[in-house]
Amino acid sequence: MIFGKHARAASRSLLALGMGLALFAAPQAATAANPAAASAALAEQAQVDDAAVAAEAQASEASAPAAPIDRMKPTEGKGMPVAKGLGLQDQYSKLGGYGAWIHDAVLMPIITVISLFVLFLLIWVVARYNRRANPVASKTSHNTLIEVIWILVPVLILAGIAVPSIDLLAKQFKPAGADALTVKVTGNQWNWSYTYPDNGEFELVSNMLNLPNYPTINNGVRVVKTDPSDGPAQLEVDNRLVLPVGEPIRMQITASDVIHSFAVPSLWFKLDAVPGRINEKTLQIDEPGVYYGQCSELCGPKHGYMPIAIEALPRDEYNAWVLKQAGGVIDGQDEAGQAADDAAGAEADAPAEGEAAQTESQANDA
Amino acid sequence: MATTAPPESIPAHSDDHAHDDHDHKPAFFARWFMSTNHKDIGTLYLIFAIFAGLIGGAFSGMMRVELAEPGIQYLDTFARWFGAVDPDFNATLHTWNVLITAHGLIMVFFMVMPAIIGGFGNWFVPLMIGAPDMAFPRMNNISFWMTVAGFCSLLISAFVPGGLGIGSGVGWTVYAPLSTYGSQGPSTDFAIFALHLAGAASIMGAINFITTILNMRAPGMTIHKMPLFVWSVLVTAFLLLLALPVLAAAITMLITDRNFGTTFFDPAGGGDPVLYQHLFWFFGHPEVYIMILPGFGIISHIVATFSKKPVFGYLGMAYAMVAIGVVGFIVWAHHMYTTGMSVNTKMYFTAATMVIAVPTGIKIFSWVATMWGGSLEFKSPMVWAMGFIFLFTVGGVTGVVLANGGVDDVLHDTYYVVAHFHYVLSLGAVTALFAGFYYWFPKMSGRMHSEFLSHLHFWVFFVGVNTIFFPQHFLGLQGMPRRYPDYAEAYAYWNEISTIGYMIMAASLVIWFANIIYAFTAGKKAEDNYWGEGATTLEWTLSSPPPFHQFETLPVIDEKAVH
Ligand code: HEM
Ligand SMILES: [Cu+2]
Ligand SMILES: [Cu+2]
Repeated sequence: MIFGKHARAASRSLLALGMGLALFAAPQAATAANPAAASAALAEQAQVDDAAVAAEAQASEASAPAAPIDRMKPTEGKGMPVAKGLGLQDQYSKLGGYGAWIHDAVLMPIITVISLFVLFLLIWVVARYNRRANPVASKTSHNTLIEVIWILVPVLILAGIAVPSIDLLAKQFKPAGADALTVKVTGNQWNWSYTYPDNGEFELVSNMLNLPNYPTINNGVRVVKTDPSDGPAQLEVDNRLVLPVGEPIRMQITASDVIHSFAVPSLWFKLDAVPGRINEKTLQIDEPGVYYGQCSELCGPKHGYMPIAIEALPRDEYNAWVLKQAGGVIDGQDEAGQAADDAAGAEADAPAEGEAAQTESQANDA
Repeated sequence: MATTAPPESIPAHSDDHAHDDHDHKPAFFARWFMSTNHKDIGTLYLIFAIFAGLIGGAFSGMMRVELAEPGIQYLDTFARWFGAVDPDFNATLHTWNVLITAHGLIMVFFMVMPAIIGGFGNWFVPLMIGAPDMAFPRMNNISFWMTVAGFCSLLISAFVPGGLGIGSGVGWTVYAPLSTYGSQGPSTDFAIFALHLAGAASIMGAINFITTILNMRAPGMTIHKMPLFVWSVLVTAFLLLLALPVLAAAITMLITDRNFGTTFFDPAGGGDPVLYQHLFWFFGHPEVYIMILPGFGIISHIVATFSKKPVFGYLGMAYAMVAIGVVGFIVWAHHMYTTGMSVNTKMYFTAATMVIAVPTGIKIFSWVATMWGGSLEFKSPMVWAMGFIFLFTVGGVTGVVLANGGVDDVLHDTYYVVAHFHYVLSLGAVTALFAGFYYWFPKMSGRMHSEFLSHLHFWVFFVGVNTIFFPQHFLGLQGMPRRYPDYAEAYAYWNEISTIGYMIMAASLVIWFANIIYAFTAGKKAEDNYWGEGATTLEWTLSSPPPFHQFETLPVIDEKAVH
């Protein structure tokens, strides 16, 4: 799909490269021809490999979907970035709506006005006080009144911003409640694993779908766009995090190796996954949909390739989904304990030992 | 504190040459490699910073080229440049992290800081306070060469193994545990050692500036008569002195975690990765003011000079910088809103951070008020200074957005942050550097640059950097995370524009070099005070370039002198 683009990218960016590097470092300029050759070769090879890639995708174990996968098809432009977008992604949570309102209706107008005001002042002094218009400079260097004003007015503006801002913070920290669903998210190099302690402790590992014309990024995972339910490349995963809509969910977030960050822009959610800590935050999704996010803390080479996809379902569909998972039970039921035992096998490759112990002592401060 | 240094406290050193010819200079090697002369050391710092900036700028060009389109196009080639043999995909991607790390560290520690503090600070603090040299000339020399050594260590780090590829890919923040058990190999040790050297050099520089400014001012120059650039360097030096030891401690703990089995930042041994972030940002936030405060000082002089007016609200300007310095120490965790802080902590850091906007506003409005009623002349430094005021305002207001802990939840670690800090650094600090360069270049070199080329340089640069960084706000609002070599198709449009901006910016640097060449080959000889009546500080009483040793008779500052 994009070799043509690659080739164009190569030639177009070569210009940039040539200019930039010729300018900057002579030794580098000397090799500036390399990328062209390299990526042309790459594109060629990609073409040859294309058929093979597709065939391989079909053949690779546990990933060749004979029938379409039974999962939600994302809505174009919802829960994902849009091309040429200028502002925040549309929000699908109450707090996200509030946060976006603060940004769009409070902060943006204020900072735009301030920037334009300063620009206007600069243009004004250029026009009014240039040497021709004002040959003799005044010697004024103090004016107590104006100095008090430009302290007080900013203080008032900032106080005005602080009111909704602090309010938003307070709301974000409202606990989910004792009977809320708990979901545990673990960041690993370079995928996410999701555990459902209230639903029988089953675990899903969520890998990014491989990209066409790239080296294999995740072994055994199919290539994106090989199923009708697939969302955008680089954002779609094999196993989505499935959550119920309309209720507060207790998200517990940790990591097994280095720090990652669990971030979903359209749900106004970002919380670091820190090894040895469990961070907690309430998430409530307003409506069904697929919401995409990406790891947001540098975590090594494939930091860019461990996206997040949340599939939010009405409660009854969520329950049905849970029951289809190996060892899945609906919360509050008696068999929970037994089901948890069944699921223990799946847990075997779970993250770092010692972490369970910290769960208690490090009880999050969120 | 407020007393003036008695003349006896001037080091005896200058007496050696007291009766020599002014132009009696040591031979080449002794002059440039064993220098104890503040102006020569300042020149060395400036040349070094330009050199380092070109390397850091080349790295940013490599990044922008890779980001021009979605997909991975050039990283494989870049990996080979750094010495990787047949890099696998991990090693290829690792090269991206090496680029951001090297670019960030070079620009912060080896370009902006050496240029603005080492270069302009060394050159003009002694001149402006009427001192013959810095208080500790030999320490001045070693702090320069330690900076160079640190830079070499950083360059070495890019060519030795660092985990899954060649070079250190930990980001300029060097967060644990990615920088401890997450990065095997010597590369990250070299990078950390580079920070140690640069940090130690800066601490020595800070001691030198503080001592010089407090003890060596000319008779009559009370602390409240010091030029604002001197004020800005004084505040900066205190920030360096107080912040850098904390960085040194943090990165030393990284070294022992990496090599000697300690677990300061490893939960498996009872440590905490977030502790590292607290230590880093306790240094890191003052660090951003370290990069910008001297720029504030430079801009104040330029605005006053070309308005032919004394600076408006001198005391307010000086104490606004002191306030920024003080408050700068109690806002660090606004870089850590998503680490899982408690609600009260987040509220505190939100409020404290917004407070900084007040003294910053004082600076902006006082510059405008200085121009108000003036008789403005748009010589090259003035154009750059006005550009600075606007660009810094844009960077500042997005800082107010990011200050809100609840809003930062969606913006943290996205391109919005990249846009914000480049507006205050790459557009703010660098614009201040160019402003200072055009203001003082003839004073330092004795040759006038071309006004035409300087203006052209400004406009091309201004268009270029805005084209690079303004669209990045959009990318960040749309959720594009930072430190990504590749991105979803939806982010392609603004990324391509950003890369085009880079080419424009790069072209402006050609104009700049042309201007320097012009000055040295065809530039007019600079007079003592080539900017005329508006330029009132002591460096304008000296020849251009100033004599090798100046102020052998100390200037006396008149009671009623204005700044
Ligand atoms: C105009 C030329 C510049 C361009 C095109 C540029 C470009 C970039 C790019 C593409 C990144 C990586 C963003 C990411 O992937 O997260 C970056 C990061 C950074 N830049 Fe620049 N930059 C420029 C100038 C500067 C200057 C002058 C400074 C500092 C004084 C600076 C400081 C930084 C820092 C601290 C980082 C963060 C590194 C990290 O994530 O660890 N940049 N820059
Ligand atoms: Cu990551
Ligand atoms: Cu900060």
